[in-house]
Amino acid sequence: MTSQGIILSGLDGDRTWRLADYVKRGGYDALKKIIAEKIPADQIISEVKKSALRGRGGAGFPTGLKWSFMPRAFPGAKYIACNSDEGEPGTFKDRDILRYNPHTVIEGMIIAGYAMGCERGYNYIHGEIFEVYERFEEALQEAREAGLLGNNILGSDFSFDLFAHHGYGAYICGEETALLESIEGKKGQPRFKPPFPASFGLYGKPTTINNTETFASIPYIIREGGDAFLALGKPNNGGTKLFSVSGHVNKPGNYEIPLGTPFSTLLEMAGGVRGGRKLKAVIPGGSSAPVLPASVMMDCTMDYDSISKGGSMLGSGAVIVMDETTCMVKALERLSYFYFEESCGQCTPCREGTGWLYRVVHRIENGLGRPDDLDLLNSVTANIMGRTICALGDAASMPVQSFVKHFGDEFAFHIEHKKCLVPKDVQHEGSKIYVA
Amino acid sequence: MLSPESLKKIDREIAKYPPDQKQSASMGALRIAQEEKGWLANETIEFVAEYLGMPAIAVYEVASFYNMYDLAPVGAKKITVCTNLPCALSGGVHAADYIKKKLGIDFNETTADGQFTLKEGECMGACGDAPVLLVNNHRMCSWMTEEKIDQLLADLKK
Repeated sequence: MTSQGIILSGLDGDRTWRLADYVKRGGYDALKKIIAEKIPADQIISEVKKSALRGRGGAGFPTGLKWSFMPRAFPGAKYIACNSDEGEPGTFKDRDILRYNPHTVIEGMIIAGYAMGCERGYNYIHGEIFEVYERFEEALQEAREAGLLGNNILGSDFSFDLFAHHGYGAYICGEETALLESIEGKKGQPRFKPPFPASFGLYGKPTTINNTETFASIPYIIREGGDAFLALGKPNNGGTKLFSVSGHVNKPGNYEIPLGTPFSTLLEMAGGVRGGRKLKAVIPGGSSAPVLPASVMMDCTMDYDSISKGGSMLGSGAVIVMDETTCMVKALERLSYFYFEESCGQCTPCREGTGWLYRVVHRIENGLGRPDDLDLLNSVTANIMGRTICALGDAASMPVQSFVKHFGDEFAFHIEHKKCLVPKDVQHEGSKIYVA
Repeated sequence: MLSPESLKKIDREIAKYPPDQKQSASMGALRIAQEEKGWLANETIEFVAEYLGMPAIAVYEVASFYNMYDLAPVGAKKITVCTNLPCALSGGVHAADYIKKKLGIDFNETTADGQFTLKEGECMGACGDAPVLLVNNHRMCSWMTEEKIDQLLADLKK
């Protein structure tokens, strides 16, 4: 964990997550300022807009704008939900935020509740990180005992309570309406939109869902101002961002750096490519983002606009690095299997299509590919994309399209020669157990 | 059907949600029930449903949708290894192969003595810690080299 940013800086791993440590770092100052100065909700939202904070979960939607969609005056219950269902292969930032700095998420959510007139929030935590969920529960208890959560927060007339909901293994619950279904105690199947959550969300009430890292950025924006946050990044790409670097690097881990940092700098921070080998490809924004060849990636800077110009997405900031020992067919096979397993089964194009994608890539990898398989893959993806309720279908298709587009020769070689361009023992050596 | 301790934990889950939204606690209740029973038999699911005032089929839908619930018996220790792409690039598959060899079982199998079940996992959100595995859903083990796997299996056998 390396930080030049605002969320993970000044932390000492497991030792500094408690309320007292957070307060020492200036924690809850933003909330105290809001309460003491009775800052109007509109002013908070405009500060968030000014910061150019964009949703850190993957879509990059402007947070201030999203908050302004909430009908503040709507009578009755309204909700805030935090999306900590981090299961996009390659992404592991929210886990570190929650275990090393849980109170910054809690403070961000309280401020969001204040700004949008909500009295209750839920943090949906990924099933596989139970220990992190337990710690978050403990942090909530600390905040409650300190009068930071519950009725009449810090003696004001503002009341807000927050609870943790623990997932139990379903990638699809990272989709915001599936997440709401899951909090309601149902199968996590995405809802058809519209209506959007801001009008029909949790229990049918107006709801705003933001990613963990998004909420974690809020206290800084209120404390230091939206302009200060914006200045940390670049125009339209405010702030610092956590990048989870995994795969063939010497030092996998989380790196919190200004948006706009060159990819080459990030790669260097992560210790460079393992064993001094050559970079082959990078998935810059989590497994759903299109893969980019090394040459394109080395020219990108790490921000929404540059990666998008390069032909991919910044997504969740999960950077999966693959070196020259990687078989791209095998790599895609693993991803396609994942989407096949995780499709919720609601929409036919995705339920059936992800199975087709996996089976075709699987047979190419295993020397049973047919001459027209690449056309078949492209045709299946074209029949999934844009024809499903949620983005999982697109997420399953984009890797397939981009792998075939950029590494088509490798797929063709597999089909023609029934084997890989990269010898098996080289692949084996390149991806053996590696611990930094 | 469930112990008073488990029921107390379930009550704490129920209290997180609005009074008329008890069904929201179904996921937590199933987790707690599985912790006590080891897996979710139909009777256990029916009990949870009755406790929450829900139709049994609604709770069964939840139990069968989320992949960390076990609807069939598993070994005393369930080991789930992540083999998704980021983990696979850093030895996830090798770690799984090593465990298979040590335990003499494949994925989705249980050792003859009922001690261990091995599962293949999807993304656990800890790719930087690869190879990663989970023990009984809740304990995450990071950077699992062969030596650490040896140690873990020895500890779990005790």
